Amino acid sequence: MASIRTISFDGVIVGGGGAGLRAALQLSQSGYETAVISKVFPTRSHTVSAQGGITCAIASMDPEDDWRWHMYDTVKGSDYIGDQDAIEYMCSVGPEAVFELEHMGLPFSRTEQGRIYQRPFGGQSKNFGEGGQAARTCAAADRTGHALLHTLYQGNIKNRTVFLNEWFAVDLVKNQDGAVTGVIAICMETGETVHVKSRATVFATGGAGRIYASTTNAHINTGDGIGMALRADLPVQDIEMWQFHPTGIAGAGVLVTEGCRGEGGYLINRDGERFMERYAPNAKDLAGRDVVARSMVQEILEGRGCGPEADHVYLKLDHLGEEVLQSRLPGICELSKTFAHADPVKEPVPVVPTCHYMMGGIPTNVQGQALTQDSGSEDRVVEGLYACGEVACVSVHGANRLGGNSLLDLVVFGRAVGLHMETALREGIERRESSESDLEFSMTRLNRLNRSQSGDSVAELRKDLQNVMQNHFGVFRNGEFMREGIGKLAELRERIEQVYLPDKSQAYNTARLEALELQNLMGVAEATAITAEQRRESRGAHAREDFQERDDHNWLCHSMYFPAEGRVGKREVNFAPKSVETFQPKMRSY
Amino acid sequence: MLQVSLYRYNPETDSEPFMQDLEVDTGGRDLMVLDVLEMIKASDPSVTFRRSCREGVCGSDGVNMNGKNGLACITPLSETVRNNKLVVRPLPGLPVVRDLVVDLELFYQQYEKIEPYLQNHNPAPAIERLQSPEERAKLDGLYECILCACCSTSCPSFWWNPERFIGPAGLLQSYRFLADSRDTATEERLAKLDDPYSVFRCHGIQNCVSVCPKGLNPTQAIGKVRNLLLQRAT
Repeated sequence: MASIRTISFDGVIVGGGGAGLRAALQLSQSGYETAVISKVFPTRSHTVSAQGGITCAIASMDPEDDWRWHMYDTVKGSDYIGDQDAIEYMCSVGPEAVFELEHMGLPFSRTEQGRIYQRPFGGQSKNFGEGGQAARTCAAADRTGHALLHTLYQGNIKNRTVFLNEWFAVDLVKNQDGAVTGVIAICMETGETVHVKSRATVFATGGAGRIYASTTNAHINTGDGIGMALRADLPVQDIEMWQFHPTGIAGAGVLVTEGCRGEGGYLINRDGERFMERYAPNAKDLAGRDVVARSMVQEILEGRGCGPEADHVYLKLDHLGEEVLQSRLPGICELSKTFAHADPVKEPVPVVPTCHYMMGGIPTNVQGQALTQDSGSEDRVVEGLYACGEVACVSVHGANRLGGNSLLDLVVFGRAVGLHMETALREGIERRESSESDLEFSMTRLNRLNRSQSGDSVAELRKDLQNVMQNHFGVFRNGEFMREGIGKLAELRERIEQVYLPDKSQAYNTARLEALELQNLMGVAEATAITAEQRRESRGAHAREDFQERDDHNWLCHSMYFPAEGRVGKREVNFAPKSVETFQPKMRSY
Repeated sequence: MLQVSLYRYNPETDSEPFMQDLEVDTGGRDLMVLDVLEMIKASDPSVTFRRSCREGVCGSDGVNMNGKNGLACITPLSETVRNNKLVVRPLPGLPVVRDLVVDLELFYQQYEKIEPYLQNHNPAPAIERLQSPEERAKLDGLYECILCACCSTSCPSFWWNPERFIGPAGLLQSYRFLADSRDTATEERLAKLDDPYSVFRCHGIQNCVSVCPKGLNPTQAIGKVRNLLLQRAT
């Protein structure tokens, strides 16, 4: 194999979204040579689409608010498989991380007192579920993700982070000791393949919502980090846990924020009934997202859906009045008019549960170091690799993420990764070497693709994959149907491995990129399917018709998917927070 | 069948750009222009363009459609197609990398030039810096910019002086920080803008205003920067 150009950095971060940029910022501030590899210019990353806000107990709307209440809500929301040490860390460090963003310039909306505006979101409570609805989600109108991502990018400009923009990471480079020494990446403009070496590598590659036909996720959310991890024979955790957001615009998939319901909007069925009152008498439309999504599907299945096909329900907002809608939810008004042809000031928005978020991912410890298990099922750190943000599974979201917790996850654990790397680099991580054969292993897939002479097209295979996931692994699941889906995926895997790339040119070849992305989607889909079939219970977002109850005896644990054997194992959930009593599992109702 | 004329250029195989004529079956639906591009790419994977969020917030797919810059993902055919014809070209005035992908380096450099980050010389408090809703309201219409480059690449002054004129996008962001009650670097910011090119090349043509997909008004922001510079001079 002809040798390829090598470039070296202290730290390499793959992914230029919120988590990657926060990690990069921390590291570049400390003076280490930091590079961000991003397949899009960073402000085009999917964080930009986050709308409603970042949930955090900064005690602006309620001076009595307490991060422990936020922790309680998050543990309950996770259906008790969120790790309590990680949730404790996120909720307690959160305020500091949010104030840092404000100091960097994030244009939060404000209260009359000049503090950060907070709105109610789903699953939020005061006083450990006893004090009614809380308002804990810090917002910049309904463009919080945009404001946050741009602010973080600006912070990185200030700190002179090196950006390898429109570079695509193809695969990890792992040496004979199993340590990660960097990645192989393609510079899209020239098509050159480069070995990017680093003393520590961070995956902040985001989610993979594009495994489903209907998703709120951007085109770029193809699970590249998961794909790379699986090919490097690293396990993924709780990958069967996919969040379906209650309010995707029917037909288009575009998200309208939970903040709509936080500001007082509610869902109605074809009879105009506010049906969430039946399913969640206390929290109503602000119950957990899994609960609301299931209730909506139930209404549709029972024939109370709206529209000519009775295949969606309505989100009613007009009663909030034009002034509130224009000041608090201006982006939603825009999106609804563009994609639903409905002006929320006058008419309800047609919505349907839509794939939104991957709760699972690469297992990490609280510092963000990637984990695997040794033969005795004990945790072992993967040397040289970190993960944060949606690609990681710390796990703070467990089986169901609360609204507003993803942006908090990004900044808190992006920051934690940066802090830990800073210390590790200062203490002197040895620069691990990799051999030609290690590199060659990583190049195999790319080489095959570049030589392909026949096979199915990316567009066709991607559509098939998305349809299998949509039809067999949706809001409600059952064993028989999932097994049928797994069979279809096995057949697809063969074809996707042999995908045909007709365009072999070098300059800005998006066809090559999409083929590589498709193979990443395949990995995520397969891991999801196999693990979903194995988890024989209903918990959080994973709802089975054939196992309708939560089974704490067998499944109060993380699932671990090991790619080499296609095996599903288990990992203990952490129930040992440092500064508060353990929150014991109990019946989850809203 | 929709008649599409698409700008094609692959530096490895084409000695010069050309327009490719295609027919696309939209089934009579009022699709977005991005949907049409995706349909074309499904049958010819070599067709090259940027796209990400497909909902008008990431700013990837700024292109020129029937002569007007905009985002392909939020431009319905009904808004741009005339006589059943859609002409799609890359954003004008910047080097073309391939097909609809332009090299945005100059555009980003102008953005970085205005130091697009909050500068405050006072130590940060333990909580957030306070800002009244009225002070915050001054950032509305400024912070929402998505850096799609539709405005700057529609601006004749930017076409002529892309190295020296900051352009509507950069200047809008410049004013976003000048207008922020938390930013204390007003004087330094203005000093760096005080030359004949950075700001004063704007001739109020307002192409930027008419193409901005987020409905922002760079011309107005530039006017405000200009006023601050003039006040400073007196």
